[in-house]
Amino acid sequence: MSALDVTLWVVAPYVALTVFVLGHVWRYRYDKFGWTTRSSQMYESRLLRIGSPLFHFGILVVLLGHIGGLVIPKTWTEAAGVSEHAYHLAAVALGTVAGVCTVAGLAILIYRRRTVGPVFTATTRNDKLMYALLALTIALGLAATVVANILGGGYDYRTTISPWFRSVFYLQPQGESMAAAPILFKLHALSALVLFAVWPFTRLVHMLTAPVGYLTRPYIVYRSRDDRRGSRPPRRGWEPAAVPDDSRRR
Amino acid sequence: MTRVMAQLAMVMNLDKCIGCHTCSVTCKQAWTNRAGTEYVWFNNVETRPGQGYPRTYEDQDRWKGGWELNRRGRLQLKAGGRLKKLLTIFANPLMPSIGDYYEPWTYDYDRLFSAPVTEDTPVARPRSLITGEPTKIKWSANWDDDLAGAPELAPADPVLRKVSDQVKLEFERAFMFYLPRICEHCLNPSCVASCPSGAMYKRSEDGIVLVDQDRCRGWRMCVTGCPYKKVYFNHRTGKAEKCTFCYPRVEVGIPTVCSETCVGRLRYIGLILYDADRVAEAASTPDEKALYEAQKSVMLDPRDPEVVAAARASGIPEDWLEAARNSPIHKLIFDYGVALPLHPEYRTMPMVWYIPPLSPVVDVLRETGHDGERAGNLFGAIDALRIPIGYLAELFTAGDPEPVRAVLRRLAAMRSYMRGINLAGEREESIPAAVGLKGDQIEEMYRLLAIAPYGERYVIPKAHAEQGARLEELATECSLDYDGGPGMGGPFGEASGTPAPVAVENFHALKERQATDDLDRADELRGRVNLLNWDGKGTPDGLFPKRKDKS
Ligand code: HEM
Ligand code: SF4
Ligand code: SF4
Repeated sequence: MSALDVTLWVVAPYVALTVFVLGHVWRYRYDKFGWTTRSSQMYESRLLRIGSPLFHFGILVVLLGHIGGLVIPKTWTEAAGVSEHAYHLAAVALGTVAGVCTVAGLAILIYRRRTVGPVFTATTRNDKLMYALLALTIALGLAATVVANILGGGYDYRTTISPWFRSVFYLQPQGESMAAAPILFKLHALSALVLFAVWPFTRLVHMLTAPVGYLTRPYIVYRSRDDRRGSRPPRRGWEPAAVPDDSRRR
Repeated sequence: MTRVMAQLAMVMNLDKCIGCHTCSVTCKQAWTNRAGTEYVWFNNVETRPGQGYPRTYEDQDRWKGGWELNRRGRLQLKAGGRLKKLLTIFANPLMPSIGDYYEPWTYDYDRLFSAPVTEDTPVARPRSLITGEPTKIKWSANWDDDLAGAPELAPADPVLRKVSDQVKLEFERAFMFYLPRICEHCLNPSCVASCPSGAMYKRSEDGIVLVDQDRCRGWRMCVTGCPYKKVYFNHRTGKAEKCTFCYPRVEVGIPTVCSETCVGRLRYIGLILYDADRVAEAASTPDEKALYEAQKSVMLDPRDPEVVAAARASGIPEDWLEAARNSPIHKLIFDYGVALPLHPEYRTMPMVWYIPPLSPVVDVLRETGHDGERAGNLFGAIDALRIPIGYLAELFTAGDPEPVRAVLRRLAAMRSYMRGINLAGEREESIPAAVGLKGDQIEEMYRLLAIAPYGERYVIPKAHAEQGARLEELATECSLDYDGGPGMGGPFGEASGTPAPVAVENFHALKERQATDDLDRADELRGRVNLLNWDGKGTPDGLFPKRKDKS
């Protein structure tokens, strides 16, 4: 492995992951007020109502697809009796539908951002960077798939990219598997790494607080002084007076 | 045992509203004069009949705010259950657009000075605060004020559309009144129920409904959930904001800004005790017309020893119980029976109630040459006048005219009885008897409605010191944020960074006022007056133009 390969496929993933995790922690602690979708629906809803669900449902399926393809080892699916051919067919079929939705949705969203006056005015530089990286990652991913599957004879990324991806999480990174992948896949992975590194600092943070808890919580929320004392726990040295905990004296 | 909770509530006496919008303007100055909330009026005054603000918000077939009963008779959000909310979260199909409120604007004042010398006088053209482009002003929060454009606009009033055809024909003989509106701080708030992240909550100490600005994620479902459209989306910060019942003021025992500044002195604030465990049951009453009585049945009598015992057991402090006993709200709803809820059919159990206006009836009498203050005439007119009564009933009692009629008869009785005392010096006891009251009750009611001093109109117990500091930190802190302030322009765009907590701003402002011996020098407020801290005394800098000789 060359020094470049080590940098790209061993060092960079850990840097990106660290920034992703610590960035979210930092943002959550210091900028809860900025943690929002910053919805632009007040300004325009006709295009948003087509583009946003199309993009979001698409990208969520794509996300699931990535988890399926990268996280679940090939040996497992084969042990479950799914042949490589069947897996490939299913992945391509589902992937194509989801991919087309994502790209179409994203195109509508970006078109809307650019052409609808108030939406464009409300677009920050941060948003533009985020959109550029997002669009680049999606475009490269699409290009890699199209080139490999339609122009070429198909590429089994589950023997190269997936082991690399998993190896990063086992803390035994196998940079050489990724170094062997076609260039478009490499570029896709790289731009994804950059996207993950800026993720916590953009509006994309909204994904991490997807409100699934809504399904189970009671409708009416009451809050009283007993639930939460002020906006943060007392600083060291400022805890309210109380009888010391007996258990600590034993 | 009943779980007793205390609720700060308001009553507005519509007969006395002159539609001056002072309440709206002072509220805006205190809370929503920031970028992103240009279009937001926590307090607005609408002329009825009229479309309201945002336009036709009362048309729940379209906006689907509030609750409805499902087939099994259980309460559910009209806009759909939890799963449907999450599936439509990427683009909310029931969200009003800025055009449904209005596109806020300013004027190109600079042109007045910078225009080159020409034959024509330069004009300051309107510019949209949303796009920055020159704009045509087509609508506003009170475009149909005083029935302006009513022949075209009023027929779209959802309340008027509900009233029968007969009434519509008679509409030529116009009647009119003003309806000031704030958030209802409902007992069964559908905004809170609609919030996917659980950022909205009802304070268990005083029932004020607030948005936690740190937990709001901008899913904007609360805007849909509120049938009164009293949650607003700050389009710059991406967070929901709403009327706070001026919690920093009421916590120290002074009334809300809108009440303090009301020219008609028509607002009353006080406590109501209610049985929290029975709210959902009452809100599920099948017959819409029975919801008014159902809501009353949830409220408890603060003079009943059993209620007092249960309230003590629920941890309500003694001075709050005392305030509940003196509450003008309780008197207006129960003792005199003249206050009615706004749109009980939304099933949110609103807690800002209204005394319906008698003036449309009096006006008709006067126009037809009758004595508008004689009990006989008034009673007859109240029974005969279908238009105003039907309309008021659609507003306050889900269409049932009887409670409205009863209230108006009481108000009419008060007029004639007091006129008898003032002009002839005699107490005509048959008048109160006709409306089920006693003479001295009528006089007490007259006192409360006409001449009650500050301390009787606003009976607001202070938040307990041991609760106070925490209460302040609990609430929506960002609302005191302003453009260029600490909450704006953080590293990640305009919405990021930590806002200055209300406690801090209040502390500095109050310290300034206490430490200075010259009231005119309260100038730490960045060139604007923070009405939240103004107690009506003195003239802080910036409230009035400076005198020439002083500068
Ligand atoms: C399941 C979790 C998610 C939920 C609930 C969610 C929800 C939302 C909502 C409510 C908006 C605001 C739309 C508006 O009214 O303007 C939004 C915007 C956006 N979301 Fe998501 N989202 C999720 C996941 C994601 C993911 C995974 C991505 C991308 C990788 C993403 C990218 C975006 C983008 C780019 C916008 C801005 C759209 C625009 O206004 O131009 N979201 N999302
Ligand atoms: S009126 Fe206020 S408390 Fe009631 S649903 Fe609307 S925002 Fe919520
Ligand atoms: S200040 Fe009082 S009188 Fe004037 S519009 Fe508001 S409620 Fe009516």
